[in-house]
Amino acid sequence: MKKIISGNEAIALSFEDSGGVFASGYPGTPSTETLEEVARLGNVYCEWAPNEKVGLESAIGASLAGGRALATMKHVGVNVAADALMTLTYTGVNAGLILMAADDPGMHSSQNEQDSRNYAKFAKIPMLDPADSQEAYDYVRAGFEISERFDTPVMLRTTTRISHAKGIVEQKGKVEPKVGELAKDVPKYVMLPNFGKIKHVAVEERLLKLQAFAEESPLNRVEMNDPELGIITSGISYQHAKEAFPQASFLKLGLVHPLPEQKIRDFASKVGRLMVVEEMDAIFEEQIRAMGIRVDIGKDRISLCGEVCADIVREAAGAPVTSAKTQPVTDLPLRPPTFCPGCAHRGLYSILSKLKVFVSGDIGCYTLGALPPLSAMHTCICMGASISAAHGIAKVNEIAGRTEKPVAVIGDSTFFHSGITGLLSMSYNAGNALVIIMDNRTTGMTGGQENPGSGRLLQGDPAKEVDMVSLVKVLGIENVFEINSYHLKETEAAIRRGLETPGPYVLVDKNPCILRYRVKKPLVQVSDEKCTGCRACLKASCVALGLQGSGEKPKVAIDPNICNGCGVCTQHCKFDAMTVATGGTHESI
Amino acid sequence: MKAFNIVIAGVGGQGVLMASKVLAESALASSMDVKQNEVHGMAQRGGSVISFVRIGAKVHSPVVLPGTADILISFEPLEALRYLHYLKPGGRLVYNKATINPSTVAAGLATYPGDVAQRIAAACPDARPIDALQVAKRAGNAKAVNMVMVGSVMKGLPIDAAVVEGVVREISRDKGAEVNLAALRGGAAAA
Repeated sequence: MKKIISGNEAIALSFEDSGGVFASGYPGTPSTETLEEVARLGNVYCEWAPNEKVGLESAIGASLAGGRALATMKHVGVNVAADALMTLTYTGVNAGLILMAADDPGMHSSQNEQDSRNYAKFAKIPMLDPADSQEAYDYVRAGFEISERFDTPVMLRTTTRISHAKGIVEQKGKVEPKVGELAKDVPKYVMLPNFGKIKHVAVEERLLKLQAFAEESPLNRVEMNDPELGIITSGISYQHAKEAFPQASFLKLGLVHPLPEQKIRDFASKVGRLMVVEEMDAIFEEQIRAMGIRVDIGKDRISLCGEVCADIVREAAGAPVTSAKTQPVTDLPLRPPTFCPGCAHRGLYSILSKLKVFVSGDIGCYTLGALPPLSAMHTCICMGASISAAHGIAKVNEIAGRTEKPVAVIGDSTFFHSGITGLLSMSYNAGNALVIIMDNRTTGMTGGQENPGSGRLLQGDPAKEVDMVSLVKVLGIENVFEINSYHLKETEAAIRRGLETPGPYVLVDKNPCILRYRVKKPLVQVSDEKCTGCRACLKASCVALGLQGSGEKPKVAIDPNICNGCGVCTQHCKFDAMTVATGGTHESI
Repeated sequence: MKAFNIVIAGVGGQGVLMASKVLAESALASSMDVKQNEVHGMAQRGGSVISFVRIGAKVHSPVVLPGTADILISFEPLEALRYLHYLKPGGRLVYNKATINPSTVAAGLATYPGDVAQRIAAACPDARPIDALQVAKRAGNAKAVNMVMVGSVMKGLPIDAAVVEGVVREISRDKGAEVNLAALRGGAAAA
């Protein structure tokens, strides 16, 4: 039966159809739906790990124990898992193991644009790069076969427009899952230097064998048409190039590392102009040039930054673009993402903004606190960096004789991911920062995934909730208190205490994510008589608020379809003009 | 057959994704090739959302380029204006009249332009504004705006209305089907 599914859903489906036994990973756009779909399909064990390294290491264990394993993550997650990956390449696998890395060219929802194909070269392992949902499905099957045949982990790389784009998929026959023996082979799996030296040679030999395989494999396909223009490409870039030049000749790579040198040489010799189309880095082009093959059109004409599209390919090859000359209207108010109406982060950030403290931020919905009008975040690097960076800032502040105490803000999932070690360092190294953990009991930005604090497992079963305050205490932090950031005055007082008290100080804001837990609260109402149009409430930065009328001082109106009654705006009002409808209190959530 | 390009614009949370799903499933049910694509992630938090549905004998890229959309459906007027340049010359625009303030307007950093409808009409004289919220409410659920919007373009699609109705029936949860079908038909009548 044909179905229309996303690349992520196709990977999950194929994992189940290809005898998958164990899947783990950490949420991250655009990879998240893969594990969610494995869970929804429901026939294979899967779990969320607290971070990508743990996810990959657990998959390594599963492979050792004889079960086909999958680890999923976004591109930056591979950085976290890289320590495991770079030695996993030496040990190889027992049962097949696939690492799915989802890249985000164009940075639709990421902090950088790194090209995961570099990791395949770096780790000297095979990488598959599907070009649509059907190939995403097919390449999981192929990936397990390659993994087991060549005793290697395999990277399956997607990009946002493969992971999230939906296309038609036809399922192939099912491979029954079977679990092999638990491998006990010390020289193969214990990477002491003496064993590692032997395995490094094996890795280089494996790469040569994979190169020979790449020459023969139908994963790398030649489509000879008009030989005037020959295009070497892979993944989503293939679709854009095919859209631009359906009549051109193609060498469409599915196995993108190692490259099939002879196939490339043959193809290049048969075409007039040779073009390489790839998003982000010049991975193919550099290797092809190193083979001594002339590339006529490549990264000199296609940007290293952002996504490729059919018109970029056309333009690079000197063909007219088809998209219209119409320009977008640019003078419109922007509509950036923002905190949901009712979200607890809003109150907290309006206080941090008011206090004008230095805020070291982290990865999650709360990174949006950096945007105006809140503008209360001054650095954000990667998962967990908020606390460690605040620690470094505090140390140098101290050296410089500055008295300002920095604030770190971090969510629960990010804290479990890699904030714990930062806080441990701050505690051990006598640091001096205020850490606010926004414990909304979910992984919010990626759509509300379970985590060690949420009390549920990926497959829905109940789990033991980690107690945040106890966890913080056990790291050696004495000053740890719970706050409720829907109450602005009390929260401000707690933050001021934290700033005035020397040493590490932790506040835990325990309010559940209103989106994930579908919290509905009574509406806020505005008294037209009392509202003076002073705009103080707009500091809450809530999309439910708006100005009504066009006079000198338009008054505030609340969109009842959007307001979620958190009451933060009412606390900004100095004229008592805003009230939460009777029957609701903030605690009612 | 050249691919038929549909762009759906709106605000995170309005159901743009479900509308896209209905159109994509309808194409599949009509034995056509189809690719559907939107970028989610940050967009979920009340941000601007744009989704592409491409239908044809064979569809390669999942991306609709500016100036090539046969139909632009917008769930919000400002978003219609923002993505108007996706429409090809002579393409069709249907948009929902109900406005939603962007966070920048809500925060007092910008004002919602008062002349959105006029500017759309100037650029695209055949643009069709509809009161999708009213139609959805009449159908029984204010949240069915997305089905109203799908209904509003049904006549211009290379797909039979009966196929779209079948898909809506299938993917609606039990009792939601009647409301969604009423919204779909209401949208078709309003456009």
